[in-house]
Amino acid sequence: MHEPGDASVIAPDLMRDERTSALADAWRSLLRNKLALFGAVILAAVVAMAVFSPWIAPYDPSLQIPWEGRRQPLTLFDSGRFVLLGTDQLGRDLLSRIVYASRVTLVVSFTAVAVSGLIGLIIGVIAGYLGSWVDAVCMRLVDIFLAFPFELLALSIVAVTGPSLSVVVVVIALRVWVVYARVVRGATLAAKEKDFVQAAVALGASELRVVLVHVLPNVVTPAIVIATLYVGRVILIESALSFLGVGVPGSTPTWGGILGDGRAYIDTAWWIAFFPGLAIMITVLGVNLVGDWVRDYLDPRIQA
Amino acid sequence: MFRYIAGRCLQAVVVLVGIIAISFAILHLTGDPAALLLPESATEQDYQEIKSRMGFDRPLAEQFVQYMARAARLDFGVSYQQYRPAMTIVLERLPATFELAMVAFMIALLIALPVGILSATHRNTAVDYAAMSTALLGQSMPNFWLGLILILVFSLGLDLLPTSGRVSYGIEQRAVTGFYLFEGLFRLDWVLFADALKRVILPAVTAGLYSSARLTRLVRSSMLDVLSEDYVRTARAKGLSEGVVVNVHALKNAGIPLVTMAGIELGLLLGGTVVTETVFAWPGIGLLTIQALQNDDFPVIQAAVFLLALIFVVVNLVVDLLYAALDPRIRYA
Repeated sequence: MHEPGDASVIAPDLMRDERTSALADAWRSLLRNKLALFGAVILAAVVAMAVFSPWIAPYDPSLQIPWEGRRQPLTLFDSGRFVLLGTDQLGRDLLSRIVYASRVTLVVSFTAVAVSGLIGLIIGVIAGYLGSWVDAVCMRLVDIFLAFPFELLALSIVAVTGPSLSVVVVVIALRVWVVYARVVRGATLAAKEKDFVQAAVALGASELRVVLVHVLPNVVTPAIVIATLYVGRVILIESALSFLGVGVPGSTPTWGGILGDGRAYIDTAWWIAFFPGLAIMITVLGVNLVGDWVRDYLDPRIQA
Repeated sequence: MFRYIAGRCLQAVVVLVGIIAISFAILHLTGDPAALLLPESATEQDYQEIKSRMGFDRPLAEQFVQYMARAARLDFGVSYQQYRPAMTIVLERLPATFELAMVAFMIALLIALPVGILSATHRNTAVDYAAMSTALLGQSMPNFWLGLILILVFSLGLDLLPTSGRVSYGIEQRAVTGFYLFEGLFRLDWVLFADALKRVILPAVTAGLYSSARLTRLVRSSMLDVLSEDYVRTARAKGLSEGVVVNVHALKNAGIPLVTMAGIELGLLLGGTVVTETVFAWPGIGLLTIQALQNDDFPVIQAAVFLLALIFVVVNLVVDLLYAALDPRIRYA
């Protein structure tokens, strides 16, 4: 049994309270910020759209009815089929395709942000903590990747490997990791000088322990901020790659892909290109609003 | 100063070597670079020939040295679509991309500077909110979508501006270089200039969308930083007009970080016009690369990637040296 006053009895509760109150604090801050709340609602709606696509989409997104192609929004066919956003060049229901396309966009974007975050976090911490020539090498590596014209680099990689979901993720990660690496390196440099890190080193803690226990928690915040600020950028990049025809291939539609296909019909059926673009813009706007709030809430000084 | 310049140049060379190394790695990604450099119609004899001619049968380290030597001479092989050196083909397209990026850059600056300054001096007013909301919307909008909407409204709807191309048929013969817009301006050939300008507006707005939004936010935050400085208060206390305080004292100091950012932005614009060029059939490097991708013309793709990376490095080097000239603190740091 525990002695009265034993810290281990009290501490877990205290810690839980602190954590719930931090979450509650964040929640209250979000509720106060109307723009961020608006962004959060958009984001939640898009995520719901992706998760529940089969229930939300009125029709099968791949069902082609060629003689019902390129019909304008709000058309009611004799068959009873009603197309809110019109049909595409092959007579597929545009709304259903846009609903399903949210899946690829979200999966690719969040995976790419996570992958690049992990790479950037590791390289940033290593560069910042070890310093000297390791730092110099890592930072030149960052410069090299920044110098590449991103879209052309993506094209040249796809030219070699062919398009696939993993290639798209890797290509985006090649661009975005450098942003993390720079910010995390800066945060690591700052954390390294803190008294508690110096104390841990003086007490003989191993380097691995110092990095994992003392440095890492201090660089996670900027990494999270960059992640939220960059999801929007990544969605735009993914859409651009799909628009160019080097995005995720296959039967699943993507917003950029539908838009790219609709380009040829811009003079006769503007809606095919218009609505997927609108979906991209609304989603990115929602993400950016939330991202700005996360930055302001966690650390307003971080610049992406 | 010399130390700084030398160090910065050395750094640029290191980055260039890295860029070549990554291009080399991409070429060898599948393990059979010879196949990449040949069209599908190539025979076994062609395959063996290119393998020995490009040295793909040699050890990898030796190949890398050779690749590096060729890259230094801008030799990325021969396009098998056109049977001409890949770099020559890419360089021919450079003026189109350069003009597009420059005009986009100018539009971005023309929007960002006044709007950003106005936002900062009228902080938390309706002007500020309107400007920042527009900037946020601009950063959220896919530019290829904006491009299509511009075509829909201004070309197809109002019939004011053309949908594609750089100059009207027959006009390009008036130009000696590929820089139609600049040549028209400097030779005072208004027919050429007006025609090229009319065609560059929509693509440039499209390409500069993201930069405009980002630079506007940046100008605002840089101005806000300096407006609270002591020397600004001193300038006001001296009784200088608000216009002089903002446009001379504050802007000059806010301008230093902006020069670096603007340089990076220009570099990004030069390498980031692929989507815009596709939308407007603008015959620049981006469109060339897309076409090369469709034809599996790999030498052209590699030459394009390298040239634009090289330009980015040079632009940034120049900007950094300019920055050092503007701000003595950098040189001696």
